[in-house]
Amino acid sequence: MEMFGDPAIWLPWTFAALMGLSILIYVILDGFDLGVGLLMPLADDLEKDRLVASIGPFWDANETWLVLAIGLLLVAFPPAHGIILTSLYLPVFIMLVGLILRGVSFEFRAKAPLSQKPRWNAAFFAGSLMASMSQGFMLGMYVMGLTWTVSHVAFALLTAVFLTVGYSFIGAAWLIAKTDGALQMHAVRWAKGGIWGLILGIGAISLATPFVSPRIFDKWFSLPEFLYLSPMPILSGALVVYLWWQINQLAKVQDRMTWGPFVAAMALFALAFAGMAYSFYPYVVPEQITIYEAAAAPESLFIILLGTLFVLPAILGYTVLSYYIFRGKATELRYD
Amino acid sequence: MDTLLLSRIQFGANISFHILFPTITIALGWVLLFFKLRFNATGESKWMDAYMFWVKIFALSFAMGVVSGITMSFQFGTNWPGFMETVGNVAGPLLAYEVMTAFFLEAVFLGIMLFGASRVKPWVHTMATFLVAFGTTMSTFWIIVLNSWMHTPQGYELRDGIVFATNWWEIVFNPSMPYRFVHMMLASGLTVAFLIAGISALRLLWGDRAESVKSTLRFGIIAAAALIPLQILAGDFHGLNTLEHQPAKVAAMEANWETGPNVPLVLFALPDEDARENRFEIAVPNGASLILTHKADGVVPGLNDFVAEDGTALHPRVAPVFFSFRVMVGTGLAMLALSWAGLYFLRRYGAGDMPALPLYAFTAMSFSGWIATLAGWYTTEIGRQPWLVQGVLSTKDAVSDVPAGMVLGTLIGYLVIYAALIIAYIAVITYLARKASRGEPLSTRTYPRGGEAEVAVLHPGE
Repeated sequence: MEMFGDPAIWLPWTFAALMGLSILIYVILDGFDLGVGLLMPLADDLEKDRLVASIGPFWDANETWLVLAIGLLLVAFPPAHGIILTSLYLPVFIMLVGLILRGVSFEFRAKAPLSQKPRWNAAFFAGSLMASMSQGFMLGMYVMGLTWTVSHVAFALLTAVFLTVGYSFIGAAWLIAKTDGALQMHAVRWAKGGIWGLILGIGAISLATPFVSPRIFDKWFSLPEFLYLSPMPILSGALVVYLWWQINQLAKVQDRMTWGPFVAAMALFALAFAGMAYSFYPYVVPEQITIYEAAAAPESLFIILLGTLFVLPAILGYTVLSYYIFRGKATELRYD
Repeated sequence: MDTLLLSRIQFGANISFHILFPTITIALGWVLLFFKLRFNATGESKWMDAYMFWVKIFALSFAMGVVSGITMSFQFGTNWPGFMETVGNVAGPLLAYEVMTAFFLEAVFLGIMLFGASRVKPWVHTMATFLVAFGTTMSTFWIIVLNSWMHTPQGYELRDGIVFATNWWEIVFNPSMPYRFVHMMLASGLTVAFLIAGISALRLLWGDRAESVKSTLRFGIIAAAALIPLQILAGDFHGLNTLEHQPAKVAAMEANWETGPNVPLVLFALPDEDARENRFEIAVPNGASLILTHKADGVVPGLNDFVAEDGTALHPRVAPVFFSFRVMVGTGLAMLALSWAGLYFLRRYGAGDMPALPLYAFTAMSFSGWIATLAGWYTTEIGRQPWLVQGVLSTKDAVSDVPAGMVLGTLIGYLVIYAALIIAYIAVITYLARKASRGEPLSTRTYPRGGEAEVAVLHPGE
């Protein structure tokens, strides 16, 4: 424990990094499958089946990253876990109801009598919408320091809409890669319709964050930090331009560079997330509790870390295996 | 009602809803592996038919378990922040190990198990089935470790009111863990055995004469008959362990007020906590002493030993513990009677020609495992009250300060959703059974078995 210096310093840092990584992976992975759920009402009946088929083998594992992220918050920063979740009591409830509806509709829509299928499709969409909106809302509230004032709630409602549209964008980007033919063209159109949510969402949070706290403002807008950090917004801008160009390109030439939009969207999510992480470090509850104050006992963290070092590579390995097995265009989902 | 009681009801409702589905998936995973291996070994298509039917129910149950499990991981924070703040140093690593060793394993390989049969080699698919079953069992292990530690904590020290782990071996292998783990695994096995027997019986009643249905009925009855005596034995050992570590819980289970020898076994009573006595008691003399100490004059602890000087009870509320214990034992005895009667009918008539009466009985008992499992968990969890972690953290000290109205609102929301989902779940299982009974093919593919190509080369004449 002592070999990297004071364990009360490096262990919380490591766990904050692990938690951040889990949240980022969750937002990208469940982001695309929630996004696909959001696109359901735009698809016709046959397309709906293919939409679900494109995420069927993955959604459960994708959602497990949320459990890991909240689990790491719970185990590594217990007091922060309590404060964050009690202040977000209602949005958490809405998210959970959404995730419940979404998760079970996957199964029910395929197994219940055909006449009930539209109902479960609707529940699937509603669940995806509730989960996306509440996550965006919680993101906004977190940025605003978890205090419930009218302006903060208004801002959070705005980020709720942006994140939801952003998810629908990354969902459409996923579909561009995983489908072909007419559905792929639809996905290109949906991506065009959703890209503004991504841009406005990242823009709103990037603009709002520095003005919430002078500490964060100084972290970004003092020299020389400003210069070191300038590649981030520049790279983000370049990615947006590429996305725009690639999607228009896809509308003309089908099925070429189909992974481009999804990969670029992942990079954009990652950049935005890195920016937020930079802003809020070292706080886990914004401007209230740092990761060092909230950390659990080093002995307990060390036990978890030991396991993590063995297990995380295995998890990543078999996740890659699963995406490899189900590579290529999504076909009908069958048990046999 | 106050936030504490509402939060308890809410968590109770969530965890009750949740446990229904793991109880099915834990054992059903292994049963599916068994079906798959039987198919690999014999090549009889009935085993693959059985696999294809039950894997759908597995997938549905798994999804229900996942979504309700996520709910609980959040409720630790939204409703019980004191739990992790006080015992997070012990509970945290155990939960983390569950997520890391079990959740990801099951979640990833479930995709391959469900949808990958046509994309991977047969042995990879069998392996995925094994890993999913193994994952659910690992998940059970870690959760039971944590729950058992909450009943019989050891391997820790308190510093400024916060628990710090001192010995992980003692924490993991705490005194009640082996008993609880075996008890739960057997409970899952019984739940699945009765579910399989019950749904197979229903399909026979509907006139389904498929070979796979006869085989699964036989499998369900034999598994149930084999597991129930083991479960009764395991339950007895678990009870003795509880007597040693949580005497107040046992006193409530037996509704025994005064410590003493020759304590009767109360079959029925209405425990009255104000008068501190039982009304309308029907009891077998010396019964409780015999069961708990294996001697007629053995001393059994009484509830009156667990009262503070100012009169506040330090034991759980008696009636819920007393009655849920009786529901569990009663269901267990009904399981014993029916499964052994089922064995007789199986020998006498065979699975295909079983008379309607036992078939109706098995259908009626399809979800009996749920009742026994819930009743058992209520016994042990309510029996731990007023403690959340026995002797370390009381339940009321862990609850959040969220307004009662808000908790009530979310509680109603959860209850409505859970009720709707349970109805939908049972309806869909029945619908799937009905559809299969009409003889609609479960699959249009022919399945390769591991090693089939080689066998064909070795025996070219066949």
